Amino acid sequence: MTETRISRRFAECAAAGRPALVTFVMAGDPDLETSLAVAKTLAASGADVIELGMPFSDPMADGPAIQAAGQRALKGGQTMARTLDLVRRFRESDATTPIVLMGYYNPIYVRGSEAFVAEAKDAGVDGLIIVDLPPEADDELCLPALGAGLNFIRLATPTTDDRRLPAVLANTSGFVYYVSITGITGSAAPDATKVAEAVGRIKRHTGLPVAVGFGVRDAATAREIGRNADGVVVGSALVAAIAASLDADGRATAKTVPAIGTLVADLASGVRAARLAAE
Amino acid sequence: MNTTPNSLRNGPDDRGFFGLYGGRFVAETLMPLILELEQAYADAKADPSFEAELSALSTHYAGRPSALYYAERLTEWCREKSGGKFGAEIWFKREELNHTGSHKINNCLGQILLARRMGKTRIIAETGAGQHGVASATVSARFGLPCMVYMGAVDVERQKPNVFRMKLLGAEVTPVTSGAGTLKDAMNEALRDWVTNVADTYYLIGTAAGPHPYPAMVRDFQSVIGSETKAQFFAQKGKLPDTVVACIGGGSNAIGLFHPFLDDPSVEIVGVEAGGHGIDVENGHAASMTGGRPGVLHGNRTYLLQDGDGQILEGHSISAGLDYPGVGPEHSWLKDTGRVSYVPATDKEALEAFQVCSRLEGIIPALEPSHALAHVLKMAPTMDKDKSIVLCLSGRGDKDVFSVADHLGETM
Ligand SMILES: Cc1ncc(COP(=O)(O)O)c(C=O)c1O
Repeated sequence: MTETRISRRFAECAAAGRPALVTFVMAGDPDLETSLAVAKTLAASGADVIELGMPFSDPMADGPAIQAAGQRALKGGQTMARTLDLVRRFRESDATTPIVLMGYYNPIYVRGSEAFVAEAKDAGVDGLIIVDLPPEADDELCLPALGAGLNFIRLATPTTDDRRLPAVLANTSGFVYYVSITGITGSAAPDATKVAEAVGRIKRHTGLPVAVGFGVRDAATAREIGRNADGVVVGSALVAAIAASLDADGRATAKTVPAIGTLVADLASGVRAARLAAE
Repeated sequence: MNTTPNSLRNGPDDRGFFGLYGGRFVAETLMPLILELEQAYADAKADPSFEAELSALSTHYAGRPSALYYAERLTEWCREKSGGKFGAEIWFKREELNHTGSHKINNCLGQILLARRMGKTRIIAETGAGQHGVASATVSARFGLPCMVYMGAVDVERQKPNVFRMKLLGAEVTPVTSGAGTLKDAMNEALRDWVTNVADTYYLIGTAAGPHPYPAMVRDFQSVIGSETKAQFFAQKGKLPDTVVACIGGGSNAIGLFHPFLDDPSVEIVGVEAGGHGIDVENGHAASMTGGRPGVLHGNRTYLLQDGDGQILEGHSISAGLDYPGVGPEHSWLKDTGRVSYVPATDKEALEAFQVCSRLEGIIPALEPSHALAHVLKMAPTMDKDKSIVLCLSGRGDKDVFSVADHLGETM
């Protein structure tokens, strides 16, 4: 695939001798305007790639923090149209930070895959991560997405063995998202040694950058995981920071956006120290 | 499997699809397991000792075959309603007589044997009404495996007797508070458990839904209902029934009854969905085929109750076992092909049928098959007297007496 915002950003980070910081927040959590301000703050505070969750009523692979974020967003009136609008407005002031939409297939399926990938591309989306679309279902969305010039980022997991990896990687582009544990988002911290082994194993099969997620919640873990990975993904910790900043009615407060800025700056220092520590 | 060309019984294809429906829409962590399960099930089907063990348990533990019973007084009641001119014979396939009180045991016995073959040491299950939870807890007790049942917190309240039964059987019941706290949320939570405990855990899905191979596998284990019905009806009447009817939650008792009849064009097949407060009441029913659209949830593409943005609706039914926003994919396909008709019955109609059956036949049915019976009571009086309808009486109503008392304004 040709160069994209995602491949450029990973290349820049590699050139700087550090892993990329990939951050996840839920689009529309707890409302559209706050969410836009959060996205801008992510980029300004050191996030290299932004993953925006597309809220879904039945997030089967998510733990309590991200489940709650999705429910807050839906309660705040978030829809797919608004999520795409969020990206469009983000792009007005940021032409370089890659945006990846992450979620489940049904809200896309009901719009029609072809229509959705065209809209997403037009809005300024760079890639998609769809949890419930394994490579066996590539004709559903992966191939249309690639055709529209979007990256399709696949999850590889501890249960993806060497026999299966080539199939998982075949149509993957942008980067590979290694899920560090068997489990849901927000679970316990991964075992760094095992993760390093797994990253090495995946890299023997692909030239794509490998980002590691699930269970990374602070700068220290980000630094440790980032020694071997090309990217470190943080989601539940950010979403939990948003939750902690809300008022009793679940509305954003003056603390919401700064809380994200502080946490991301700290995580960014973690990834920037990752390779120094190894030397 | 039957491979006759033009048969309606050949599905799914090798990717797990019944036409547009079915498939394997799951997270990558689960994908290798699901492929392993598919292989293990194929091996088991080819192994005569598996069939022999299942058959022995069905006979001596579950009490099969279940009776096929002519419901004479209900038949007469319908004939009187028609002024004596019409009124098909009503027959019950009595799955409520099985051990644990419903058809769910048929599937659980098959799957627990498979879990053992696969070397799994922990069972998880989701449940709505608690019948599948009880059946899962039962077979887990029988084979000495720990069992964790996920049940929506609302359903835990609605179905207290079954919650206690599961505990007596040694299972752990986890109330699920996410979402609306009903069956779909219990299924989400079971999937979260599975993805976390992939190495040792077997997910015993309770209906003919979920990712391939579950819909086909559950159907195969439940098809004993239809095969027995066919043979028993033939033994008594020397022909096929004219109509077969079953209620549809996820669709397992229904597909079990229907499947052996799919290639018999003279047999009319009707599935009855939960019409709740009425099909026109927004989010007030659980009739996914009558009132929903195709979508993807819980590993398969099928008809779903959902809003315009693809968010899944909770739906409503008086019956916790029908209160599911989806349906097994084979039913979605059978609906589109027109082979099976799917119709709704409301809460009120089901409650009436529940009482009529109790008084006239001395059989207290579960609220789930009461929906199917409600439809039978509508159609029988319009059919000729020499016609016959077989209804799958999928479960007994003991679990429902408290909530029915509530609905009827009785205090117990
Ligand atoms: C007695 C009975 N019948 C029917 C159902 C609905 O399930 P299915 O449609 O899979 O048969 C249930 C579910 O709990 C049940 O308990």
